[in-house]
Amino acid sequence: MTSSTTIWLTIGLLALVTIVIKAVGPITLGNRTLSPPVAAVVGLLAPPLLTALVLVETVGDGEGGFSLDARLGGLAAAAIALALKLPTLAVVVIAAVATALLRALA
Amino acid sequence: MRAGLPFALPAALLAVSFGVLAEPLMGLTATVVMSLVVYAGTAQFAALSVLLSGGGVAPAVTAGMLVNLRFLPMGLAAAPSLHGGPLQRALEGQSVVDVSWAMASDGRGGFDRDLLVGATFPQYVGWAAGTLVGALFGDALGDPEALGLDAIFPAFYLALLVGEVRGGRALSAALLGGAIALLLLPIAPAGVPIVAASLASLIALVGRAGEAPPPRARPSGEPPPAAAPPQGSDTTP
Repeated sequence: MTSSTTIWLTIGLLALVTIVIKAVGPITLGNRTLSPPVAAVVGLLAPPLLTALVLVETVGDGEGGFSLDARLGGLAAAAIALALKLPTLAVVVIAAVATALLRALA
Repeated sequence: MRAGLPFALPAALLAVSFGVLAEPLMGLTATVVMSLVVYAGTAQFAALSVLLSGGGVAPAVTAGMLVNLRFLPMGLAAAPSLHGGPLQRALEGQSVVDVSWAMASDGRGGFDRDLLVGATFPQYVGWAAGTLVGALFGDALGDPEALGLDAIFPAFYLALLVGEVRGGRALSAALLGGAIALLLLPIAPAGVPIVAASLASLIALVGRAGEAPPPRARPSGEPPPAAAPPQGSDTTP
């Protein structure tokens, strides 16, 4: 059984680490502007980060392996909803419903 | 702030599933406090799954930290657009979460500071409220996976991605980042594949040689460009 000390230490330390990670950039860079090549790299950060998050959350099993399951169907449904230009809320609800339906049928 | 509203409900739905999964192990108070003070969904799930599998403080914090390391380049990126002195900047930097950061990015290295900070508030409220609901009513809600709640995160990120990919270079970076993440997923600790994928943004430097002075000598660890292979070297003559 995980002790309450373990739980509270984990919460406290993870909160602290997260705050520090987020503070490093703003404190060290200050208001200096980025040089053009660095700005170009920074401007291109979002697409690969988001793609990695999509993939890891869709086919990762959370423990360092692959797990191909109903989430794939949910993501496909989300892609169709996006192609139809539906709002984000509708997209995520459709993904959840499609995944739940696939699991219920399996 | 209004820009963040469409994302408050998806965040809340996701938080419900965190509340449902975490409450049996952590209890109501710790579950809600974690969402309030950590406020990073993927990291919370990562740390929780370590604790659920019997792991201790060090591996749980490490798992969450690795997942959150992406906020380091994201914070560096947003830094010049923030306001005030070091303390205020550090505070404003806390509003860097995936959705707000992606929405505030103009794709050329600049960030809309008001959008970044404002859009985070409704999501924070949604995240906290959702966690509370999940932790309180988990027994009545049943298995979050049966409800498909685990598909919300990837669908959410896909929606953000579609908004970000304008132009061929963004698409190339996205594809390269995805390939890096998939390659590393089975061999690297959780979180590392996501952080490593950010290296794909370096392709922004490709083709800039004409506009800027060429980069200095290659880092010594990197092999020199391969000489053009002889014709047909990969097939038998």
